[in-house]
Amino acid sequence: MSDSIKVTIDGAAIEVPRGLTVLQACELAGREIPLFCFHPRLNIAGNCRMCLVEIEKSPKPVASCAMPAADGMVIKTDTPMVHKARKGVLEMLLINHPLDCPICDQGGECDLQDLTLFYGPDHSRFKENKRTVLDKNLGPLISTHMTRCIHCTRCIRFANEIAGVEELGATGRGEHMEIGTWVERAVTSELSGNMIDICPVGALNSKPYEYRARSWELRKTESIDVLDAVGCNIRVDARGPEVMRIVPRLNEDINEEWISDKTRFSYDGLRKRRLDVPMVRRDGKLQPCDWRDAFAAIAQRVQGLPGAQIGAIVGDLADCEAMTALKDLMAALGSPSIDCRQDGARLAASPRCSYLFNTTIAGIEQADSCLLIGANPRFEAALVNARLRKRYRQGRFHVARIGAPDDLTFPVEELGLGADVLASLADGSHRLAERLGQAAHPMLIVGPGALTRSDGGAILAAAREIAERYGMVKDGWNGFNVLHTAASRVGGLDLGLVPDQGGKDVARMVKAALGGELAVLFLLGADEIEVDQLGSAFVIYQGHHGDRAARRADVILPGAAYTEKDATYVNLEGRPQRAKLAVFPPGDAKEDWKILRALSDALGHRLAYDTLGQLRARMAELAPVLAHPDVIEPAAWRSFGRKGKLDASTLVSPIQDFYRTDPISRASPVMAECSALHQTRTTTLPATGTYG
Amino acid sequence: MALLDRAARSLLWQELVSGFALTFRYMFKPSVTLNYPYEKGPLSPRFRGEHALRRYPSGEERCIACKLCEAVCPAQAITIESEPRPDGSRRTTRYDIDMVKCIYCGMCEESCPVDAIVEGPNFEFATETRAELFYNKEKLLANGDRWEREIAANLAADAPYR
Repeated sequence: MSDSIKVTIDGAAIEVPRGLTVLQACELAGREIPLFCFHPRLNIAGNCRMCLVEIEKSPKPVASCAMPAADGMVIKTDTPMVHKARKGVLEMLLINHPLDCPICDQGGECDLQDLTLFYGPDHSRFKENKRTVLDKNLGPLISTHMTRCIHCTRCIRFANEIAGVEELGATGRGEHMEIGTWVERAVTSELSGNMIDICPVGALNSKPYEYRARSWELRKTESIDVLDAVGCNIRVDARGPEVMRIVPRLNEDINEEWISDKTRFSYDGLRKRRLDVPMVRRDGKLQPCDWRDAFAAIAQRVQGLPGAQIGAIVGDLADCEAMTALKDLMAALGSPSIDCRQDGARLAASPRCSYLFNTTIAGIEQADSCLLIGANPRFEAALVNARLRKRYRQGRFHVARIGAPDDLTFPVEELGLGADVLASLADGSHRLAERLGQAAHPMLIVGPGALTRSDGGAILAAAREIAERYGMVKDGWNGFNVLHTAASRVGGLDLGLVPDQGGKDVARMVKAALGGELAVLFLLGADEIEVDQLGSAFVIYQGHHGDRAARRADVILPGAAYTEKDATYVNLEGRPQRAKLAVFPPGDAKEDWKILRALSDALGHRLAYDTLGQLRARMAELAPVLAHPDVIEPAAWRSFGRKGKLDASTLVSPIQDFYRTDPISRASPVMAECSALHQTRTTTLPATGTYG
Repeated sequence: MALLDRAARSLLWQELVSGFALTFRYMFKPSVTLNYPYEKGPLSPRFRGEHALRRYPSGEERCIACKLCEAVCPAQAITIESEPRPDGSRRTTRYDIDMVKCIYCGMCEESCPVDAIVEGPNFEFATETRAELFYNKEKLLANGDRWEREIAANLAADAPYR
């Protein structure tokens, strides 16, 4: 039995791989088949009937999405029968679909609109009353217009298969069929926003974006998300100075075509609580000033100070360019205290394999066994969890966890709560040892719940030992993974933003500030530290949101958010990616590396670059892997970590509130609403449906 | 001979007489000039004058913020911003026409699915300052209210040809 079959499509013979559907064979032959319900990443439903084609010896047209291609099939996609069938299907769908395209947010990017234009009838023969359906309340993210629904069931299949929450379903049959949540409640998935994208009509739309813009008037910029460390590829749609929405961009290696709700909906935080003018604290109050005064205030305080009394902490959203400039500036000031591990993760800047997600996200699909150590990928890296679930759905995938239990949308074997379990795994006495030993491609994921603890270093060493013992690291396979939650972390470690000899790390910098040994603390968007415990230190905050640290700052330098600068971010796999400027920073705010460059001038230590090109050359000097965007440089395996005592207390994820993890999402009203809903678990909503 | 003919015409004031005759004849013909602004010429129902935003008889504004006029406007004279109204319907929060940019092509009217934006019969909207020609939603709705009878009549007259 050969691996390919011969079919004839529109008179042309073509060889296609065995196991394809007729639809896929037609696409290989370059024939476009119109479709609604078929989606390459979802199960086949075959209920819209739009993909009908003619197959020889078949008396009726055949739904090509659900028909396996067979050897010798003669398929016709361009016959009067097919045209008539398509026209009929569209007329049928339009019987109950309202003609309200002018007020529909999907208008302009609607599959039904496009296909009707190309294949549909030019007028309606339907004179009777159209059906109306009560709108459902699916929470603060998705607006529904259920009258527009054509019952393709893509959203149901997405919820069941990709998101792993069985919350949507269809009730009734035929004309009485309705999509809903059975009881009125919000969809609880962290991936729910993707239903908006896969809905081929305007039944499910984005609620925050509702009625605010049209697809054709938006300026589209292809960029990178930074609200977690996955580095999802996104498209930022802006109108004028405002980001109107964020949608996913296809990248098979990272996010496929999905993004998390935080990535998609926290853009309204970009308009709130922004720092748009430099400020200096005078008489105990922060007062707006111009850039020159802000720099003068810093220079007055910093000049003449020994480097040991200056420290810098880098936040979660910092870009590699700004981090490079900060590192060079601190070096020029003679300070060894600089740290990018704001959460106190016990990670070293070398070797590189010790802090990367070495398997890569796409590589998860090759794994057959996974051990989670203090990791909750569902909320720490939602798209990694989506990939784990995808692997689980392919079968023969075993996941075990050490740490606090939580629903990951797939079954997980609980091994224990504390890190002490690692010891028995490392010496092979654990019951899971046999299973791990038999796995061909085992992997483990160490999460921030483990690394941010005081025994994080010991856990990392134990994880390395386990990886080596069970053959997780071998030719062509590296199953050792660290899960990050901050977009700046891997880039920061690549650039070596860790304390030098004699320098202080984050915890010691904070302690020194409180004790008065650290006179000046520079925060590059660092908000997750104990800002009230900084004593009398002179705090310079450079960032874009008036979040936690800005309140304590003595000087505020307004920077740019990730949609407002051309910047490099490295995702948890070690893949450098470039975010692009979509809108300009508000007010007086500037791109971060430019602020640092100007500040260096004011401090009398001029940095040696004036353009982004020169800066990137310097960046590549510090970390050669950053020179090639979108390429993962595999990290060579080396020994790392120091053995130590493993604490038996429960490994808990530091992310307790998925919707509010950073200055942008904390400023977002939509995320606040989601968070409140999620926290109280009062997901049952009042019935507020309207006919529409 | 030619010399004699020319001399006779000149002596008999032939040109003067024929000129006066023409003038005299027009005194008995109906006049073609109009005493503008007290008299006005006829306008086609398709005349494209000053813009107006119409309302339904219930008083509800017609415009649904579909932004087709904004998209089709070749002079990019229209600016619209929209938002859901508290009752959940799609409405504009801003509808501006820059009458200085406008080229009066009538495409906005053509594209409107609800006959909300129309170019009415009014052509007398000269202003003293440029700023007065930047129309906002309030001004356009006021125009609609003022000219509704004429606009409705024009639309009805043109309806059979649409």
